[in-house]
Amino acid sequence: MGKQPAAIVGVGQTHHKAKRTDVSMAGLCREAIDRALADAGMGLDDIDAIVVGKAPDLFEGVMMPELFLAEALGAAGKPLLRVHTAGSVGGSTAIVASSLVQAGVHKRVLTVAYEKQSESNAMWALSVPLPFNMPVHAGAGGYFAPHVRSYIRRSNAPTHVGAIVAAKDRNNALKNPYAHLHNEGTTVESVLASQMLWDPIRYDETCPSSDGACALVIVDEDTAAASPNPAWIHGTVMRSEATTAAERDQVNPQASRDAAAALWKQAGITSPIDEIDAAEIYVPFSWFEPMWLESLGFAAEGDGWRLTESGATAMDGRIPVNCSGGVLSSNPIGASGMLRFGEAALQVRGAAGEHQVDGARKALGHAYGGGSQFFAMWVVGSEKPSS
Amino acid sequence: MARTLSAPVTVAFDYTRSTGPVLGRFLTGLRDGVLVAGRTSEGEVVVPPLEFDPVTHQATSDFVEVAPVGTVTSWTWVPEPVKGQPLDRPFAFALVTLDGATRPLLHAVDVSSPEEMSTGMRVRVRWAEERQGAITDIAAFEPDPGGDGVATTAPGTDEPVTGVVTPVALDYNYAASPEESAFYRGLNEGRIVGQRCPACQKVYIPPRSACPADGTPTAEEVELSQTGTVTTFCIVNVPFLGQKITPPYVSAYVLLDGADIAVLHLILGIPAEEVRMGMRVKAVWKPREEWAFSLENIDHFAPTGEPDADYDTYKQHL
Repeated sequence: MGKQPAAIVGVGQTHHKAKRTDVSMAGLCREAIDRALADAGMGLDDIDAIVVGKAPDLFEGVMMPELFLAEALGAAGKPLLRVHTAGSVGGSTAIVASSLVQAGVHKRVLTVAYEKQSESNAMWALSVPLPFNMPVHAGAGGYFAPHVRSYIRRSNAPTHVGAIVAAKDRNNALKNPYAHLHNEGTTVESVLASQMLWDPIRYDETCPSSDGACALVIVDEDTAAASPNPAWIHGTVMRSEATTAAERDQVNPQASRDAAAALWKQAGITSPIDEIDAAEIYVPFSWFEPMWLESLGFAAEGDGWRLTESGATAMDGRIPVNCSGGVLSSNPIGASGMLRFGEAALQVRGAAGEHQVDGARKALGHAYGGGSQFFAMWVVGSEKPSS
Repeated sequence: MARTLSAPVTVAFDYTRSTGPVLGRFLTGLRDGVLVAGRTSEGEVVVPPLEFDPVTHQATSDFVEVAPVGTVTSWTWVPEPVKGQPLDRPFAFALVTLDGATRPLLHAVDVSSPEEMSTGMRVRVRWAEERQGAITDIAAFEPDPGGDGVATTAPGTDEPVTGVVTPVALDYNYAASPEESAFYRGLNEGRIVGQRCPACQKVYIPPRSACPADGTPTAEEVELSQTGTVTTFCIVNVPFLGQKITPPYVSAYVLLDGADIAVLHLILGIPAEEVRMGMRVKAVWKPREEWAFSLENIDHFAPTGEPDADYDTYKQHL
């Protein structure tokens, strides 16, 4: 027996901010959960199981936070699972939740992911020096900047393409009331004029540090019948790879290419750029837009920057990318992947508000994590999948 | 000589917790010398209050004050207190149901021996000398009569408590694998020793014990050249907490001649803006008397002055 159909009928998120000092971690999660449940027309008592995700425990210094959160998440008496795949965790958490429905184990699954970066310092947490080693690590930016440089060299991209992405996403965020950054008047020139942090990555090409949460309600076919606009799941894929294998492609990782190929096959998509109406791609540093466009098959290898430069990834372009403002505009790390997945669902439900792509019928949600070693992605559609 | 090297590591951070309105109310009460409980939809009176009701799932909004006096419902003796516990001498951890509450609070009871403890005994709060809006504002409970349980000092402020600082410190021993230990011992002799995978023939530095690509155990040691090629790099301009090197500095992947994976290191001896992909570099060691079992024995890599490596020779390492 194949997979059971499953659909997203509730999407909720917090207003992402640098510091949500007015709420606890539990309160932050409940804001997103309560909005997702209201969207789904359900209460916590209607939920069969809960799947929670967040990035490394060191970020808030709470080991296994799912234990103390269980009661606030309404998990008493229900299965509660926690998923952990670094930055991609929001995506893989949603996939684990959807698989519980697709497997026929549960009918109504609530999934939530969060990060409260204000309680700690992620840059510190990602750069703790180890004995015997060279202390040259400098957070996520320091990790990814050399690979961005490799991409620029490999593709011969003009150096302003990253700034095009940043200006686009920051302007898209102005249409998203939940986005953390609402920086009016961001232009390619203003991005290029911002401080170089991890050369070749500038300040304005970097994601913010956010407090926030995202929650989804994922249900079976019978339950989805009550929803006016379910987002049907057409495909889900996760892939991992070794971080330190010799000659590993750090710009276009094998696991990413394999995941994309499997995803399009599962979703019955032969030409992603023609068949996907909106993409929410995990872009924490601006250059990852052209990099992932190539890896995902929206552009040929070396041509991703051309797609970006042409304006095709703008909200009115051929393949709108990150209409929500993306990770560049809100980065509650653990939730960032689920926000991509949730925003994709909002697009095909026609519920994305001011940043809605007209008539979007199929959308991609994407996340990656670790040293580009974890990948999670899904395709959602306004129509039930045919097979 | 031990087979493996190890060294102590401390990971410590003062986390800044946002309490939210419910726990904030409880902590504000402690600072003010009163105990605030929450009433659930089923009439239970719980200290500290639950953030969300277990039945209706609504945020707790019904608060009541309970007495600083209560009854021990269960307890355990702590003969050897450890750092961070409420008292630095033997004490009891006890569940205390305060008068007016229906659920117990976990805290310390300050008595000198387990013979002085019993289920059903009456205990009172002994307040800390200075209260600041934390659970430690209750220094401990003590047998009743042991005072009236009424806080004697007034709080210094009437601002509500919205956050607490939670210092967390992990002290542990970082142990290098036998293969890594051999690598670090080599560095202590001025040598750079990698390992070759017997299956795919790739040379790893540092050695990984098993090939990350195929999982094959590695054993054959390979001494690597002290020169190599910068495959890619970034210039770190951003200062951050815990940083060991003052920015700006060039953090680069150096592919040593004979190795199949690049190692991240520091480039000096050339202005940062002149560092290039393909630049040929050599290891510059610290003075021998400063050597230890560490990659830090190589102070940095500096240009050799050779022509840059052809892109085709290192492009598969990007």
